[in-house]
Amino acid sequence: MKFLEYKAKEIFSRYGIPVPRGIVASTPEDITNPPLPCMVKAQVLVGGRGRAGGVRPANGLDEARGVARQILGMAIGGYTVKQVYLEERLDIEKELYLSFAIDRSARESLLMASAMGGMEVESLPRDRIFMEHVPVLVGPQPYVWRAFRASLGLPKDVADQAVDIARKAYDLFRKEDAELVEINPLVLTKDGRVIAGDAKLVIDDNAEYRHPEYAGMDQDRTPLEEEAHEKGIAFIQLDGDIGVIANGAGLTMATLDVLNLKGGRGGTFLDLGGTDDPGKVAEAFELLLKAKPAAILLNIFGGITKADTVAVGVKQALEVMHASVPVVARIKGVNEDKAKQILRDIGMYPAETIEQAAELAVKVSHGAR
Amino acid sequence: MAVLLTRKSRVIVQGITGHQGQFHTRAMLDFGTKVVAGVTPGKGGQKVEGVPVFDAVDEAVRRKRANASIVFVPAAFAKDAVIEAVEAGIRLIAVITERIPFHDALEFQPYARTKDVTVIGPNCPGLASPGQAKMGIMPNQIFKPGDVGVISRSGTLTYEIVNAISEAGFGQSTCIGIGGDPIIGTNMVEALALFQKDRSTRKIVVVGEIGGTGEEDAAAFIAKNVTKPVVAYVAGRTAPPGKRMGHAGAIIQGGKGTAESKVRAFNDAGVRVAQYPVEVASLLAAT
Repeated sequence: MKFLEYKAKEIFSRYGIPVPRGIVASTPEDITNPPLPCMVKAQVLVGGRGRAGGVRPANGLDEARGVARQILGMAIGGYTVKQVYLEERLDIEKELYLSFAIDRSARESLLMASAMGGMEVESLPRDRIFMEHVPVLVGPQPYVWRAFRASLGLPKDVADQAVDIARKAYDLFRKEDAELVEINPLVLTKDGRVIAGDAKLVIDDNAEYRHPEYAGMDQDRTPLEEEAHEKGIAFIQLDGDIGVIANGAGLTMATLDVLNLKGGRGGTFLDLGGTDDPGKVAEAFELLLKAKPAAILLNIFGGITKADTVAVGVKQALEVMHASVPVVARIKGVNEDKAKQILRDIGMYPAETIEQAAELAVKVSHGAR
Repeated sequence: MAVLLTRKSRVIVQGITGHQGQFHTRAMLDFGTKVVAGVTPGKGGQKVEGVPVFDAVDEAVRRKRANASIVFVPAAFAKDAVIEAVEAGIRLIAVITERIPFHDALEFQPYARTKDVTVIGPNCPGLASPGQAKMGIMPNQIFKPGDVGVISRSGTLTYEIVNAISEAGFGQSTCIGIGGDPIIGTNMVEALALFQKDRSTRKIVVVGEIGGTGEEDAAAFIAKNVTKPVVAYVAGRTAPPGKRMGHAGAIIQGGKGTAESKVRAFNDAGVRVAQYPVEVASLLAAT
């Protein structure tokens, strides 16, 4: 779950992390009493909004409305700006970086900080980034904060504020099941305050059930992906024209790769998961057809479910939908021959191997055009 | 011989009375696994497929001398199940459950490690030592006893590849499905170290996918420490960045975790990488 900046800042605020004063608006008319002078910031879930002209200053109310009018409706990274955040403009002395994330290799949480904030952390020189693993079982011990403080090289009262913010950010990271809490920049103002200039927050989707208050937030999904998410189907829209459906995430990715090697391009990633429930198979096909593929490539490794059982499920799903899209299917497993006959009977194209299926899918997709 | 799991392993099933637990208990018994008990709180005294059910892991360990556990319990209870097993003295835990919150894994994984307990997964198909025992959900019929060690982040893709190498005459010592989550108990490097040491394993297959740097770490480890031939496959060459491809761990982030990077790392380490999944079999034949 990704959060828009203003949402993330609301949560930061709840944890006592200082954030600039601000108001959110969906139309210029919503803006009545912005903190002035202000920054007008596009609220999108993708990066690069500054470069795209989505963050701009304004000095008076009329100017703020004018800037907001220009930013609202802009397309940034493929997403339309629906809201702007008008925020108190900070007098910046220095920009820092602070984040808590999950280090997969170390299997621990990772504190990263830098006295060089404001740019993407990936572009910072490695020796200017402070990194410290925090074992969540025991939590951050005082040495972590001592080392963090020393890494910043700031005067005591400012360093105190930064450490306090880091402690609170860790608290948030743990309690909100965050994958990432990032403050970039963490601003040191000319009058000596430390305050979160930006806020990036990603909460683990697997922990959604522990945070029902965040349900239904806009995510960077297409409408079809959103529908799939609601139905619990792993589905991603891609830019090709062949709908790929397989069972298991790894096999679905591999099927897309094979299709690519055979000169085709996948239009969907759809992981069917279990194959023994005809209702789920039908639901998946229904979704796939909405993506309007030129052909469908189905690849099933029927380990536990028999191949003919899978074929019957597919047959039922397609019959209900009266689909006219050509379907190439490769179903591996017990009773493979029976499965092939079932598929042939309903006008589908059975294939023996993934490679053959991919070649055939490319062929029939051209025919369908 | 095999790694981690042998015919001597005494396995319990946590969550045995659920649909999955019940179904796979039967399949594991058919594979030859010594399934000595099941555990479901509140269901003690029942039997599933002739296997006695207890209320707590501790009881199963005391009464049945269990030393390994396969976990099927729902995600919200998985942390509890793993820590209970660790505390009861279980030495090997395979966590099949998917969608476990990352922060739960951040707790139980290091906890198990400090107690020197091996965790496989979560979000994995488990492990199997053909001819001996299986603690997992992989279909029994794809395996064949032999000397190839298999390490994989995936489920069905593993079945596909194991099936292909079995058909080509390459049996397996042990197949370890390490799991598709970002935080896993046993990573590729650790699994490679086990197979390098195991006398019954002569060749190794690694099935990776996009996301994280496990494959790059594995390649570096192979270059330094593995003398046995290794063949690899990497899924997700066409996956777009920033999207989670089904597995929680399968995501290219900040330019890291791409298939190209992984394939290059393997190639640099002298590991042949198959373009097609089934090509793993012919590459094995050529080593």
